[in-house]
Amino acid sequence: MSNLICVFGGIYNNHRSLAALIEEASALGATAFYCLGDVGGFGPNPDKVFPYLRDQKNVFVMQGNYDHSIGNRLEDCACGYVDPRDNHFAQISYDYTLANTSDDNKDWLQELPTEFRHEWAGKKVLMAHGSPRRINEFLWESQCPDGFLEYLMNEADADLMFITHTGIPWVRELPSGKTMVNVGVIGRPPNDGTTLVDYVLVDTDTAQVTPRRLAYDHVALAQEMRDVDLPEEFVETVLTGYWTTCLEILPGKERAIGTY
Amino acid sequence: MASNLINLDMLVTRAQERADLPAPTLDFEHLDVLWLQVTGTLCNLACLHCFISCGPKNDSHPFMTVDQVATAISEGAAMGVKEVYFTGGEPFLHPDIRELIERTLEVAPLSILTNGILIEDEMAAWLGETFASSRYGLDIRVSLDGTTAKENDAIRGRNTFEQIVGAIVRLWENGINPVVTVTTCHNELADGAGRNRFIELLKSRGISQPRLKFLSPFKIGREERRDEGYQAYERLVDGDLIEGEENDLQCSSCRMVTAKGVFPCPILIEVEEARMGDTLADGIVPIKLNHPACYTCHVEGVTCRT
Repeated sequence: MSNLICVFGGIYNNHRSLAALIEEASALGATAFYCLGDVGGFGPNPDKVFPYLRDQKNVFVMQGNYDHSIGNRLEDCACGYVDPRDNHFAQISYDYTLANTSDDNKDWLQELPTEFRHEWAGKKVLMAHGSPRRINEFLWESQCPDGFLEYLMNEADADLMFITHTGIPWVRELPSGKTMVNVGVIGRPPNDGTTLVDYVLVDTDTAQVTPRRLAYDHVALAQEMRDVDLPEEFVETVLTGYWTTCLEILPGKERAIGTY
Repeated sequence: MASNLINLDMLVTRAQERADLPAPTLDFEHLDVLWLQVTGTLCNLACLHCFISCGPKNDSHPFMTVDQVATAISEGAAMGVKEVYFTGGEPFLHPDIRELIERTLEVAPLSILTNGILIEDEMAAWLGETFASSRYGLDIRVSLDGTTAKENDAIRGRNTFEQIVGAIVRLWENGINPVVTVTTCHNELADGAGRNRFIELLKSRGISQPRLKFLSPFKIGREERRDEGYQAYERLVDGDLIEGEENDLQCSSCRMVTAKGVFPCPILIEVEEARMGDTLADGIVPIKLNHPACYTCHVEGVTCRT
């Protein structure tokens, strides 16, 4: 009898993929859910995700950079874009999320922890948002040498690490036998031309990690985004699976997958 | 006019008051970025804004040998380096550039800063294949300083505009999307409208996913003679750094290796006092932010990273 847990990140206000995730992973046997942060941004009706996350005894949520900004009522998401077009769309998304997240939910985001630690199957497990050393560090597959990941593992005293923040999932077995897992996000597809989103299941008895792709009612989400007047550029991403904004952060290899 | 004079007076007074204060010390966090001056100060162009006076006759820093590059890469890899940058001079002048690229990509992602002019069809095809097959990222950063020949050539030299744009297009057509890097000597290029002009130029040449990076000029090297050098007030003292800035300043996590030794950053290689020692290990110590160019990084939030 395996002991499964679900690890995911980047909800981005997508209550529909969150509901689908909980249903699917529970049916597969997951008994606990770990969210690596970035609850808000991008999608519609921010307050709809909180009932799935708050006061649930088997759901554990960490603070991402977006949650830090919303929780502390900052002026922007602190994503650090320099391209004016990227900043324009990031600000629309941020202002909308800030205006439509209740004070009570903001206070809850403000108090979230920034890492989780466990020991599973004799491995020291660390979960963080961007990287163990910086909440807003992007760890892209093409930009992370083995030696750098070994350094992060050693500094953080971990054998198995889970992170998110970039929006594109990957798994790397390192020469030392340690494992880095970017769980991706459930809020929007990973710029690959599908409408699916990403999460992982972990068997805590063996530390076996299984990446999974999740289908959800993305058409209904798109309609809901239009109903609240979110930009058509965001809707396009949900419907086509390609990112249309905030592209400047993508390294060459990851960008080459998409169309914009 | 009157208010400008008052401001200048204030700055002069401030400079005098701060003249005896020590420069801030910046700790070294970790070697995230390793810069390699692979072709030293030798370049096929002699751009007017070059902060290290590179050109066809400047061999104050010579080419690095393949062994020197390999040694620095292996020392960096042992420290857990995150990414490597080749610069010069013009990196594609190096006779062994392909070997240097291949050996680096075995251990880390690589960005190459180039003017593009030497990237002919065969090289563009090879770079495209290398990009597609390498495990880690390969970025080519091509410098362009205007959206017209008149604007660019005034900085980078006569007839360079079409050669540079030609290289950008060749790279794109070979499957490697270059990062077009603009130094904002023309002030009007720094704002949103300036960016849009570059995007329009690249799209008009068939590049549907334009990638851009904008950099402020550093007022040293040849740029000091083109425009003006630093003023006395443009200097950092203890207490100037704002909270969290240590992480943003690239020199807390980068070092530059040239044929002549190790330096804190890519900007200061012609500053003899900035030399830290012979090998990368000699550079893994705190530095003093005592050069006026440090002021530009502080004020502009500049990072040389892609």
